[in-house]
Amino acid sequence: MATVYVNDKPVDIGNEKLNLIQAAQKAGVLIPHYCWHPALTVVASCRMCLVEVGERKPDGTVVMQPKVVPGCQTPAKDGTVIQTLTSRAVDAQHQTLEDILLNHPLDCPVCDKAGECMLQDYTYQFGSAKSRMIDEKNTPPNKPYIGDNVTLFTDRCIMCSRCVRFTREVAGTAELQIVNRGHHSEIDIFPGEPLNNKLSTNVVDLCPVGALCSKDFLYKHRVWNLKTKESVCPDCSTGCSIHLDGNKNIVYRLRPRYNPQAQGHFMCDDGRLGYHYVNSIERFLRPTVRREGKLTPLPWTEIASLVRRGFQSAAQKDGTSTVGVLSPFLTCEEAYLLAKFIKGLSPQARLALDSVPIVGEDDTYPKDRRGRPTEPVKFTIRAEKCPNRRGVEAILRHFQGEIISFEQVVRDAVEGRVQALYLAAGYPPRPSGWVSDTQAQGLQRVPLVVCHDLLPSPVSNFAHYVLPGAAWAEKDGTFVNHAGLAQAIHWGITPTGEVRTDGQVFFDLLERRGLAHAPTVRKEMAAEVPYFAALAGSDLGEYGILLESSQG
Amino acid sequence: MAEFEPVLLRRIAKKASPWLEAYRADGGYRALQKALDEMSPGQVVDAVKASGLRGRGGAGFPTGLKWTFLPKDHPGPIYMCINADESEPCTFNNRILMEEDPHQVLEGIILSCYATRAATAYLYLRYEYGRGYRVLQQAIDELYNNNLLGRNILGKDFHLDIFLHRGAGAYICGEETGLIESLEGKRAWPRIKPPFPAVEGAFRKPTVVNNIETVACVTHIIDRGVEWFKSMGVPPDPKNPRDAGSYGPKLYCISGHVNNPCCVELPMGITLRDLVDKHGGGVWKGRKAKGAIPGGISMGIMTEAEFDTPLDFAGPGKVGCLGLGTAAVTVFDEETSIVDVLHNICRFFSHESCGQCTPCREGTGWMLKIAERLRRGQGRLEDLKILEEVGDKIGIMPGTTICGLADGAGWPVKNAIRKFRPEFEQYIRSAEKSSLLELVGGH
Repeated sequence: MATVYVNDKPVDIGNEKLNLIQAAQKAGVLIPHYCWHPALTVVASCRMCLVEVGERKPDGTVVMQPKVVPGCQTPAKDGTVIQTLTSRAVDAQHQTLEDILLNHPLDCPVCDKAGECMLQDYTYQFGSAKSRMIDEKNTPPNKPYIGDNVTLFTDRCIMCSRCVRFTREVAGTAELQIVNRGHHSEIDIFPGEPLNNKLSTNVVDLCPVGALCSKDFLYKHRVWNLKTKESVCPDCSTGCSIHLDGNKNIVYRLRPRYNPQAQGHFMCDDGRLGYHYVNSIERFLRPTVRREGKLTPLPWTEIASLVRRGFQSAAQKDGTSTVGVLSPFLTCEEAYLLAKFIKGLSPQARLALDSVPIVGEDDTYPKDRRGRPTEPVKFTIRAEKCPNRRGVEAILRHFQGEIISFEQVVRDAVEGRVQALYLAAGYPPRPSGWVSDTQAQGLQRVPLVVCHDLLPSPVSNFAHYVLPGAAWAEKDGTFVNHAGLAQAIHWGITPTGEVRTDGQVFFDLLERRGLAHAPTVRKEMAAEVPYFAALAGSDLGEYGILLESSQG
Repeated sequence: MAEFEPVLLRRIAKKASPWLEAYRADGGYRALQKALDEMSPGQVVDAVKASGLRGRGGAGFPTGLKWTFLPKDHPGPIYMCINADESEPCTFNNRILMEEDPHQVLEGIILSCYATRAATAYLYLRYEYGRGYRVLQQAIDELYNNNLLGRNILGKDFHLDIFLHRGAGAYICGEETGLIESLEGKRAWPRIKPPFPAVEGAFRKPTVVNNIETVACVTHIIDRGVEWFKSMGVPPDPKNPRDAGSYGPKLYCISGHVNNPCCVELPMGITLRDLVDKHGGGVWKGRKAKGAIPGGISMGIMTEAEFDTPLDFAGPGKVGCLGLGTAAVTVFDEETSIVDVLHNICRFFSHESCGQCTPCREGTGWMLKIAERLRRGQGRLEDLKILEEVGDKIGIMPGTTICGLADGAGWPVKNAIRKFRPEFEQYIRSAEKSSLLELVGGH
């Protein structure tokens, strides 16, 4: 057990290998830092984390080093004394901030980073409002095209080199580099080799200032107006933890949220930039029924009872002809509620797993300069492009033991063995689509088709009922990733139009009263489905809960 | 002291042929033969340690001690890097050694590698030394042809390859870890220490980095013995337990405003005044000196009144300079404006700062901007305070940077301000009368 003294306060750091920044963090003391990042190598070059360090001998005497040292580079050992408030340490931090600001433009009013900028924060906390430099600042030209998704405001750069190290150590593709020397140093790419790897936009999050900006988010919104919720990226089965930033029913951006159990610190560009369909004007906005070939809006209450009755009468005639198809984009709670509804109609009613989109193969990073994956793997973009196959499968196994594929449902439909079909889809618009025209044609023979989806598809063109679904950004629930990690998602925006969350629709079908409150349903589900027993608590925590998982 | 007979420059003084045959005829490779025949590597290390030889590259770190930092019983490889990136302004002693007597240097390298058990040596040569490159390469070829390099040197179980590596022209490549990074093909950003190169250096293996003149001295320590080496120079100051003494001959470069710029070899401890007057032929044009840079620009500035300081490892420190450095003296005469000197210094370090650490990258740039403005006549008195403060606060001594470049950048600036303040103030005041300052918002 090691004890570290931070500003004279003893802190037990156990047996962890920590640097002084991390050790001080344990004591609740912030040592400001720029170049240091827990996922990258230490370079100790920004000199922001300078502190005074000493050692407390067993006899209680303290011997301090005669100079300041960078906290990121110095390991915390038993008896290490860290002083962040002595005049020497404060002066050093003050001086570093003054130096950084010498050539940093004061364009915060038009800078995307303003409001979440480490330079603003540290200057406020550790620096000075005045600069003693009266000479002109350096103004290197901006580089609008450094990559498809990233732009560089060269003059704002403070040369922490995080982005360079990221492309070398995590992405491995090493597009970024530093050119020139001294105070003329700049971040740049090799001509004709832009920053276009699939992890490229992470450099925007890593950038402590507004030098590297996301083209997707640039000038879209001031960050202090954004409302941030903790959620999970739905674009592949890695299930990256994310911050969902939205305001007034619009999603503005996704940012990775650190989760050692899921993906680490980063996320891929596919997931980060794949949210736009949530804001799409093409989305279904109200529940509709097909009358005389045209979709006619009806109030939810009427639609719910119409659908319920339709399914009830179909199930009375032949239980096996009633089929509910559960999409891997549903949360576990929604899958549970829909399964309850379908199985409640008749024990013979069948549940199927909707199509699971697979694109290519798992894509691992780092890669080498030729694009070949290398070991050890630091980030994986999975081929399975949905967030919750394992969770939905667990529900299916619980309710009927076996998992029926979507192809099987289509075959049965073609052979006339399906009388009522509930398609809970909720798919994002991706090039392949979740249902092909041929499959849709096969399903056309079913007398009652309910399509519960976000966007038009070959099925919604003929379905008897088209219900608007809620996107993942609009609902609460649980996703289970490829490794069996259950993580909570939270709504960041409210559904537009008459859209209700899927859980609420299923509540109506089940004739349950009240609001579909995901944590309550989760508790109920955990009590009933043994696979989810570990989720009985009301909170899944920041990092989620790893479920005892059988084969996935 | 009796007339000193040069050792390192002995063959150069008599204009002897630089090639192997002539070098051997003058007793060359006698020391190597002796070491391989009679001494174990450990004994060579002990001899160098006992001689008190200190690194000639600038920092003056005891060479033998540096060698003992290598891990014992390391499976290898161990690398020797020879620092010939002689980039300190006005320093040219290594150049003379390499171009005029390459075998003396190479023998020292072979001896040092024998002592440190290094099987590969990289000689990192600054790009500008084209002639040095050609001469050294030819000398190395001679050695390979004569069984003095390669496998089983002189029939013994000792193998060594020497590679010449040309830099691309950056001051920072003379910093030992910057040199290693550059050698590995990377940007010459000095590394954070620990680990020190002796533990993890070039290609992540134990590495020794030595200067050209240092290894040349090793040759003579083995050849003539430790006692001979210790017979000249300055013993340690008994009052200062950290002083390791300054023994042996040293090459002094004299340049600037003197009648006879040259490189002379003298025992350590000559005063700057003797050096300038006796060997440099005095200040040119019959003028008086205003000051001098004692050992490369990064060591600071001495005023004329301080010229009686002995140039050994401890001497310049006593008058507020950083150290002996490379012992390359640059004299400037009384007509020189100190503002110009300051501007030139700031321009150099701003250009050469590698840009890794914030205080050095921005500090040197800021000092240059101030110096430029000062020189234009738009200076303010508080600029002197800022210059002094920046000069004081950047570097490894206060702990704000990774390498010593920043110390070297700050030192001459604060020396200049402290030692020539009246001149600066007068310059600023005379300019204040004009309206220039209003243009920059200086009031």
